[in-house]
Amino acid sequence: MHIEAYLKEHEHKDMLRFLTCGSVDDGKSTLIGRMLYDSKMIFEDQLRAVESESKKYGTTGEKIDMALLVDGLQSEREQGITIDVAYRFFATDNRKFIIADTPGHEQYTRNMVTGASTADVAIILIDARKGILTQTRRHSFIVSLLGIEHVIVAINKMDLVDFSQERFESIKEAYAELANELKIKNCYPIPLSALEGDNVVDKSVNMPWYEGKTLLHLLDTMDISKEQKAESFRFPVQYVNRPNLDFRGFCGTIASGSVKVGDEITILPSGKSTKVKAIINAGDISEANRSAQTQEAYAPMAITLTTEDEIDISRGDMIVHTQNLPRVSNSLKVMLVWMDEAAMVCGKNYDIKRGSSVTNGKFEHINYKIDVNSYKREVVEELHLNDIASCKMLLSRPVAVDDYKNNRLTGSFIVIDRITNNTVGAGMVVSVSRRDEDKVQISPRTYTEEERALNLYIRENFPEWECKVI
Amino acid sequence: MLTQEKLTHLKQLEAESIYILREVAAEFSNPVMMYSIGKDSSVMLHLAMKAFAPAKLPFPLLHVDTLWKFKEMIEFRDKRAQELGFELVIHSNPDGVAMDISPFVHGSKIHTDVMKTEALKQALNQGGYDAIIGGARRDEEKSRAKERIFSFRDKGHRWDPKNQRPELWNIYNTSIAKGESVRVFPISNWTELDIWQYIYLENIQIPSLYLAKEREVVEMDGVKIMVDDERMPKELRASAKKEMVRFRTLGCYPLTGAINSTATTLPEIIKEMLLSTSSEREGRLIDKDQEGAMELKKIEGYF
Repeated sequence: MHIEAYLKEHEHKDMLRFLTCGSVDDGKSTLIGRMLYDSKMIFEDQLRAVESESKKYGTTGEKIDMALLVDGLQSEREQGITIDVAYRFFATDNRKFIIADTPGHEQYTRNMVTGASTADVAIILIDARKGILTQTRRHSFIVSLLGIEHVIVAINKMDLVDFSQERFESIKEAYAELANELKIKNCYPIPLSALEGDNVVDKSVNMPWYEGKTLLHLLDTMDISKEQKAESFRFPVQYVNRPNLDFRGFCGTIASGSVKVGDEITILPSGKSTKVKAIINAGDISEANRSAQTQEAYAPMAITLTTEDEIDISRGDMIVHTQNLPRVSNSLKVMLVWMDEAAMVCGKNYDIKRGSSVTNGKFEHINYKIDVNSYKREVVEELHLNDIASCKMLLSRPVAVDDYKNNRLTGSFIVIDRITNNTVGAGMVVSVSRRDEDKVQISPRTYTEEERALNLYIRENFPEWECKVI
Repeated sequence: MLTQEKLTHLKQLEAESIYILREVAAEFSNPVMMYSIGKDSSVMLHLAMKAFAPAKLPFPLLHVDTLWKFKEMIEFRDKRAQELGFELVIHSNPDGVAMDISPFVHGSKIHTDVMKTEALKQALNQGGYDAIIGGARRDEEKSRAKERIFSFRDKGHRWDPKNQRPELWNIYNTSIAKGESVRVFPISNWTELDIWQYIYLENIQIPSLYLAKEREVVEMDGVKIMVDDERMPKELRASAKKEMVRFRTLGCYPLTGAINSTATTLPEIIKEMLLSTSSEREGRLIDKDQEGAMELKKIEGYF
């Protein structure tokens, strides 16, 4: 094919992000290595490097250890395990793929949650010899918690069970029950051998009884577009662009829905309304045309809006259609994943970052903690690393929110410790509490001039105290 | 109801990068964007122009000049600064200048340590930047694949691979204490092919070193090095011969390998890349010093 024609065709690719879940010995790294290798994403020099490493660290004898292509960091190569979330890329003629590769052992639940948060599809690896294990239940729970609607059940190491159809069918049935329990909508079971390459890219000659798609073919063709319901327009204001007195634009990325010039809009939480005057789609801007405008824009475009009336709009506000308002509240029921060594304590103040807004907040009450293996609920007083719990969250001021199941971007948040600045938790809005009118109970403390001066003095003279800016 | 096409992968990547750049401008008081003059930097600059139009860039660009860059890179840099009107900060390590550090004499490790890693630390300390935007991509090298988009650095600019902040959805934790900083990588999720396709589609200017031309090269450790000035030792220059070559990455000329090529246009480069059997970093000598070299360099503070 002529290169220009090729480029034309490849301009229209779309993108799919998926997550792979499995434990150290499910052959996950091998599977990813195999996909990269078979889709020709591995270059010869990388392969040569891996060949020399295979001799040093490899576990596959004479064969090239595919896992070494994938297990990045030196420290973990020495331990023979993957320790963190890694992102890989490959492309076919139809799609670009982003793989979030996460470890499967229990203490790293937070990494899996991280990888799942941006994924459209999850691949759950099951060792055909072992069937559904506790970790399969754990992975599936997290996948469903994070709202991933498509799960590929990769039943791996079929070569070690003599490519038995019976074995495949029994695991498939057992998984269907689990999926049902977790309300996972779409499951796609595939029998494969990552090590030998059966049903990864090419159809397996060892399993003629399997009539479905190979893993790569499935990834390449599956429909991940949301149901065709008209999505609500949600536009979190990220940045106010004011180069001169004549221009005041509100920048951000459309989280969902679409907007047109002239639309009636409301700014939350203030509730003030106006109309869209102009829309700049950042994507249309070029060196030759730095003031390109458009009549309409939709998710996930990065745009800049101007408004008919001069009203006060700042970072952290949300712009929505006046006829389709989300709820505004400071009292939310949430699912919280705790990600820090230090326990979550009810009543302690944290920073809650949601989209572009940061609010002071606290967890008033833990409704229950959920066991990721047995799905049993438990009453607890505090949360530890990798705990997942239903909580009541109270913010210092009301914010506009959607339920996470309806909108992943406006229904999610992270929790930041105000002393260490670490990301200590991640959460999803389940519902807005009925006590919508809750009085704001925590207000950010106001400091006197003397207190500010003291703070500055400490920061400048005792940096080792790591004093926070007030 | 509007008919909404799904955005193509390049448009999705573009929107994601613009979101990240705006997040930096909104959350940090003194950000800076690293400018290395290469194709990735050119794409980042283009994205930043889009993100803040019609305004100018709300942050300066920083070039750490090792004084061993290709001459053409420096000309290109100054031309772009003038055309686009961005603020450009240039820094070279004065200690290294005083010692007359040369990759030919001192080798790639010392040159990189002094003129790149150390110079970068100096520039960052002098500027007091709290966010440093870089053009690294996750597909470049294995240790990069695990790095966050907003990557925390302690007061010594060090990266701790085992203690990274979890990064979820599109919510980036930008909280830091005084003296600490964050490295931000807006094009983390782009691959080399994405970069080239985007440059082609958006007609982005890049140095012509990427295109094949007859150039004078010598062989060093099996790598073709271009004779860019007379600082290359005479005995090496003696073996120079003209070849049709181009560069897949740009850096210090004595450390950047040329490849034989006849690709004189962008589509030809992309075609060559698609048919290539070696990865982009193969031409970079610093990665070969030792296994896990890049990981060690990152822990020490190299980008």
